[in-house]
Amino acid sequence: MNNTEKISISSLDLYYTDFKALKNINLKIPENKITAFIGPSGCGKSTLLKSLNRMNDLVEGCRIEGSILLDGEDIYGRMDVNLLRKRVGMVFQKPNPFPMSIYDNIAFGPRTHGIHSKAKLDDIVERSLRDAAIWDETKDRLKQNALGMSGGQQQRLCIARALAVQPEVLLMDEPTSALDPISTSKIEDLAVELKKDYTIVMVTHNMQQAARISDKTAFFLLGEIVEYGETEQIFSMPKDKRTEDYITGRFG
Amino acid sequence: MHNDHNLRQKLREYKRTPGSFILMMLVMLCAAVTFAVLFFLIAYILINGVPNLKPELFAWTYTSENASMMPSIINTLVITFLSLLIAVPLGIFSAIYLVEYAKRGNKFVEIIRLTTETLSGIPSIVYGLFGALFFVTTLKWGYSLLAGALTLSIMILPLIMRTTEEALKSVPDSFREGSFGLGAGKLRTVFRIVLPSAVPGILAGVILSVGRIVGETAALIYTAGAVAEVPSSVMSSGSTLAVHMYNLSREGLYMDQAYAVSVVLLLLVLVINWISGTLAKKLAKGM
Repeated sequence: MNNTEKISISSLDLYYTDFKALKNINLKIPENKITAFIGPSGCGKSTLLKSLNRMNDLVEGCRIEGSILLDGEDIYGRMDVNLLRKRVGMVFQKPNPFPMSIYDNIAFGPRTHGIHSKAKLDDIVERSLRDAAIWDETKDRLKQNALGMSGGQQQRLCIARALAVQPEVLLMDEPTSALDPISTSKIEDLAVELKKDYTIVMVTHNMQQAARISDKTAFFLLGEIVEYGETEQIFSMPKDKRTEDYITGRFG
Repeated sequence: MHNDHNLRQKLREYKRTPGSFILMMLVMLCAAVTFAVLFFLIAYILINGVPNLKPELFAWTYTSENASMMPSIINTLVITFLSLLIAVPLGIFSAIYLVEYAKRGNKFVEIIRLTTETLSGIPSIVYGLFGALFFVTTLKWGYSLLAGALTLSIMILPLIMRTTEEALKSVPDSFREGSFGLGAGKLRTVFRIVLPSAVPGILAGVILSVGRIVGETAALIYTAGAVAEVPSSVMSSGSTLAVHMYNLSREGLYMDQAYAVSVVLLLLVLVINWISGTLAKKLAKGM
């Protein structure tokens, strides 16, 4: 098993103007694994996820101290933010397909990064949709508007769209919170399938989901990481009392 | 029968709540009055205008025997086109700056907002006066279509800015996030994702502006002039349909012709709205 670290976060503090949302985060995220962030609302798990591809840059008053390294390279240093986001893709909480055809949704990313040949785009669209396990449902209606799909299909389309730019890391921000159980299980299966080729970091409110599919779990509370380790260990014998209280449902 | 039954049932329900019955009657009455006024207005114009629509009214030249409206139709189209050409890009790009680029709470932005809001509340004669003093006199352009069009551009600029701003704001942030998340830069996000989604709203603003341009008289009389002649260039003076109509009815000699002009004006607005509407639908589908 490959165990190299893909992302390394050290002594990271994050402020929203005066509010300190993340306190001294140290975390190493392994390659080709699923790492889950769990914790109650407002504990900073989504904030940390969004720091990994600098989506927090869009939030006014957001300030970061400490470092995040992707393959040893500081993402807040000289790295071009658009190239960073190409390497670290993101799937959002609510499916957010663009109001255009299924084909154009997938092709938007590759076109952004300079691919315009029709043959190449056709190829990328098919491969991305196949990888996101939605090709069979969409192959006959690639020209139709993506907003006509069901919520679960839209979310898999968004995953396909993220895959189309060939990222190395895939960030998923509660990707199933707006979906029904069947769509949820499809996305979970997909995540497990995708970790062969991608490093996946997933925020989830659903502890069973973390237990089912993740390899590593980090438990957040009030902007701090209380415990980080193998998922099995976290859910069977948590070291910290607060982790135990949370996963047994005593609060949260 | 079925409808009748429904109505009776509804009336019975309302018996228990007389307040809501009165309210329902009141709203229905308001709707009826609004519709009746509009219907009466259009019917009145058509009845008085259509019989006067004679082929000679569309002759190329205006003479005192034949008050042809052809020159005014051409002037109207020229002024509408010129005003939109200037105001639409300016308004859209300013709105893009305000919504997408400017930082929230920026002093400069506050000032721009205040200015546009003030501008949109100014009576059009004030614009006319400004145009007359600045374009016509100071710049020595004389009464000209260009002076008129520029005056109207200033007049509709706030309207286009406001509607575009609202349209851009109503584009969900999740689209922007999705685009940024794929590594697209600001420019690509704004022009490929945000702007296309906002097109219907922007077009609504443009349609409103066209309505204001076509119907404007006060701002044009002292800038574009009232000459009923086919223009030879944008520097020549000329009256639009609305100004032409004003002249005809003011002189009192050509009331029949004035009604005919109002029919054409009505049709023109309808046609322009229809064109913009289908354009909006096409654009929305093409996305």
